[in-house]
Amino acid sequence: MTDRDSPVTQEELHAYVDGEIAADRRGAVEAWLAAHPEDAARVAEWRSQAEAIHARYGAIASEPVPPRFDLEALTRSTRSWRAAAAAAVLLAFLVGGVVGWMAHGASAAAPSRFDAYTAQALDAHKVYVVEVRHPVEVTGAERPHLVQWLSKRLDYELRVPQLEPSGLKLVGGRLLPGPFGPAAFFMYEGQSGERFTIYCARTDAPQTAMRYRAADRFSAYYWVDQGVAYIVSGPADRDRLLQVAQAAYDQIDKDTPAKPTW
Amino acid sequence: MASRIAAERESELAQFRQEIEVAIPALRRYARALTRNAELADDLVQDTLVRALRSEHLFHGGDVRAWLYTILTNLNRNRLRSLARRPAVKPIEESDAPDASGPETGGRDIERALAALVEDQRAALLLVVLEGLSYREVAEVQGVPIGTVMSRLARARMQIKAYLDGERPVLRRVK
Repeated sequence: MTDRDSPVTQEELHAYVDGEIAADRRGAVEAWLAAHPEDAARVAEWRSQAEAIHARYGAIASEPVPPRFDLEALTRSTRSWRAAAAAAVLLAFLVGGVVGWMAHGASAAAPSRFDAYTAQALDAHKVYVVEVRHPVEVTGAERPHLVQWLSKRLDYELRVPQLEPSGLKLVGGRLLPGPFGPAAFFMYEGQSGERFTIYCARTDAPQTAMRYRAADRFSAYYWVDQGVAYIVSGPADRDRLLQVAQAAYDQIDKDTPAKPTW
Repeated sequence: MASRIAAERESELAQFRQEIEVAIPALRRYARALTRNAELADDLVQDTLVRALRSEHLFHGGDVRAWLYTILTNLNRNRLRSLARRPAVKPIEESDAPDASGPETGGRDIERALAALVEDQRAALLLVVLEGLSYREVAEVQGVPIGTVMSRLARARMQIKAYLDGERPVLRRVK
C-alpha cells in the first residue's frame, strides 16, 4: 500500500480543510471523500462553519482603524505612564521626609532621577546609624559572603571599600529596596562610634562628578560611575566626610577596569 | 561602527512599528470574535498594542504578527480567569452575551455556538479559520504542541456542529 492509498484520518480531513495537508496526500483525501459521503459531509460542515465565522466577523478587518489605535499616541501614553510611575516613586520619597532637605538643594525646582537615590540613601542612613542591636543584616566578619550575596542581588560585581586607613571598620551591610530596584547598603564605624554608610544601586543616570549635599545633622557625597550610583553619608563634618568619600571613591575607581574619563 | 548599529536598530524598530500597525485590523477582528463584544474587543486590542510598544526594547526580530496574537490571547485568558475568580458579581459573563448587532440570524447562531466553546478551543479555531494562522503558528501562540492544537480544532468543530444541530430546530419552533 502506498501513501496515496492509505486510509485518510480525521486529522487529515481537518488539515485538508485548513490547507495544511501535505501535497502528496491531497489526491488521496479527495479520492477518499468521493468514496465516503459521511466524511464528505463533515468536510462540508466544517467549511460552512468557517464561512459563517467569516460572514459574521470578516468585515471588521475592513473597518477604518479607530483613532484610539494611533501608535504615536499610544507610544506617548506608554512613555507618560513610565514617567508617571517614576514620578510617583520620586514623590513618595520626597514626601517621606526629605522635603525640607530638598529645599537646601539648588535642584529642588527640578528634582532629577538621581535625587531619588540620594534621598533614599540619606533616609536609610538616618534609620540605620542609630540602630544599636541590628544595624546590618550580614556583619563585616562575613565580608566575602556579604559581597557575593549583594553582588548577586544587584547583578553586578560590587566593590566594598576597605576604610581601615581612614579609621573605619566595616560593620556589615544589608539589602534595601531602592527607588528603581535593589540597593546595597554598607555601614562603617569609627573608634568613637561615628558611623558612615555607603549606598549603591544601579542607575541609568549619566556619569557625574562627586557632589555634596547636607541635610540637617547629616551630609552626603554622591556620584555616578559606570552605571552605579554611590552615596556616602555621614555626620555633618564635611571635611571628614569628604576624606571618607574620597577614600571610597579611589578604591572603587582603582578596582574598576576600563573606567571612561570624565 | 556604533552609529551603524544604532542606525540598524532604529530601522529595525521602525519596521517593528510598521508591522504592528499593519496587524491592527486583523487583531480587532480576532478580538471581536473571541469576546463577541465590540467594546471589550477594542480594549483588548489597545492593551495588546500598549504592551507590545512597552516591550519594543525586548524585540529583536521575529514574527510580530504571531507575537501580537499571543499577547492578545493571553490577555483574554487572564481576563476570563479573573472574571471566574469573582463569582456572582455578574451572573452572566459579559463576553458570553452575544452582541445583538449580528447582520442576520445565521450570524447570531455562529456567535452563540462560539460562545459555548471552551476558551482555548475557541481561540484555536479562530486563529486557524478566521486569521489564517498555520497549525505551527497557533501552537506557538498557545504554547502547546501541534497535536493539541489539532485536537482543540476537532473538538471545537464537533461542538459547533452539535450546538447548531440542537439550536436550529428550537429556533424553527419559536417562529
